[in-house]
Amino acid sequence: MAQHELNARNLLCPLPVIRAQNKISELSVGDQLTVYCTDPGTLHDIPAWCRVHGHTLVSTEENSDEIVITIEVNDT
Amino acid sequence: MLATKVIQDQGVHVEGINFYTGFCVEGHTHAIRKKDKDKQKKNSSLWVAEQLGIKLHIIDISEEYKDIVLNPKHGYGQNLNPCLDCKIDMVGRAWQWCQDNDFDFVITGEVVGQRPKSQRKSTMPIIARESQVQDRLVRPLCAHHLPETHPEREGWIKRENLYDFHGRNRKPQIALARSLGIDEWSQPAGGCCFLTDESYSNKLQDLWNARGERDYEIDDIMLLKVGRHIRPANNFKLIVSREEGENNFMRGYRPQFTYLYPTSHGGPLTLVDGTPTEADLELAARMVARFSQGRNEDNVTVELVRQHNEPAQALQVKPMPIDEIPDSWYVN
Ligand code: SF4
Repeated sequence: MAQHELNARNLLCPLPVIRAQNKISELSVGDQLTVYCTDPGTLHDIPAWCRVHGHTLVSTEENSDEIVITIEVNDT
Repeated sequence: MLATKVIQDQGVHVEGINFYTGFCVEGHTHAIRKKDKDKQKKNSSLWVAEQLGIKLHIIDISEEYKDIVLNPKHGYGQNLNPCLDCKIDMVGRAWQWCQDNDFDFVITGEVVGQRPKSQRKSTMPIIARESQVQDRLVRPLCAHHLPETHPEREGWIKRENLYDFHGRNRKPQIALARSLGIDEWSQPAGGCCFLTDESYSNKLQDLWNARGERDYEIDDIMLLKVGRHIRPANNFKLIVSREEGENNFMRGYRPQFTYLYPTSHGGPLTLVDGTPTEADLELAARMVARFSQGRNEDNVTVELVRQHNEPAQALQVKPMPIDEIPDSWYVN
C-alpha cells in the first residue's frame, strides 16, 4: 500500500494519461499514485482511464496552477 | 467503434489500443487554444472505450514513428500523411501486443474504398502482409470483400455476422450503428491527425527545407501546431502567438529560443527559430510591434531576450506596415 507520485506537469493529453498508465502497470494492488498535471484535459481523461481500467479515482483537486489526481490501483 | 461492437457481439473479449504519434489533433490543440476551450477536451478513444466497456491501452510511439513520417516506403497521401506505412506499422505493433498479451487476432475498422490511398482493395493485403499479422487481421465491416481469415476458419467468429461495406458512403454504417444501439459517434479517422492537414504539412515541409534535412524533434512538431509561422528568410522563422492560450503554451519553450515581446503595449510572445542576424532581430522586433496593440503608433518598445534568464534588451521600433510583410513569408 505504498504511495507514489508522478510529475506530469507541462505535458499535454494524452501524455499524462500514458505516463500514469505506464506507472500504474509497475505498481501493486492497493498502492496509490498521485499525478501532478497542468493540462485541464487530464480532469476528463485520467478519470475516464480509471473507469475503463477499473482503478479507483481517490480524489481530484484543481488548484490555480495545477491539477492533482490520486488513483488507487485495483486488481483488474 | 462499430467494428469492435460487431466482434464483441459475437462473444469475443476485445481490448483497444490507441497509438500516440505526436501528430494527434485532439487534446493538445484544444488544450492550447483558449478559443477552443468550450470544445470537448475528452479523449475520444477513451470515450469510445467507455461506451463499449472495453479496456484501452494508449501507447506512445512518437519517437519510433519518426521513421514512418520521414521515410515512408509507400509514399505520402495528399499531404505529408504516410497513411499506408502508418497502418502497416500500427497493425504490426498491435499484433505484437496481441502476442505479448495472449490475444488471438487484430481487428480494425477499415472499409474497402473508404479512403483513396490507404483503404483500397489492393492495399488491404499489403497491410496484412507487411505488418506480419497475415490472416489474423479481421476487418469486420468489409470482411465479405476479403478472403476468409484465420479466426473465421477456426470458428472464433462467424463470417455471416460480418459485413460487406465498401466505398465512401457511410449510410450503411450509420444504419448498423443505430441497430446496435450506438447513436453518438466519435470523429472518423483522418480528422484526428495533423499530417492530413495541408497547412500543417506545409509548415513541416518548410522546417525541413530551412534546415536542409528531413528530421524533427517532438518539440518541433508541437510548435507547428501553434501560432503564426512567418519566415522572412531561410535562416530564421518567427512563431507569433495568436492568443492567450498559445502565449501560455509557448512560454514553456522560452528556455530553448531567442524570444521577443512588446512591453509598451499588449502583444504576443514571439519565438525566433534559427540563426538570426542582428538585422533579422531588428526586423523581428518591428514585426512583433506590428502584431501588438501599438501597431498604429510610431514607437513600440519590444524586449528581446537572446537567452532565457539573461537580461532583456529593450528595442524602440516602428511597427512594420502590414503591406511590407509579404504573403509569401507566412507559412501556411
Ligand atoms: S491519418 Fe491516420 S493512417 Fe494516416 S498518417 Fe495519420 S494516423 Fe496514420
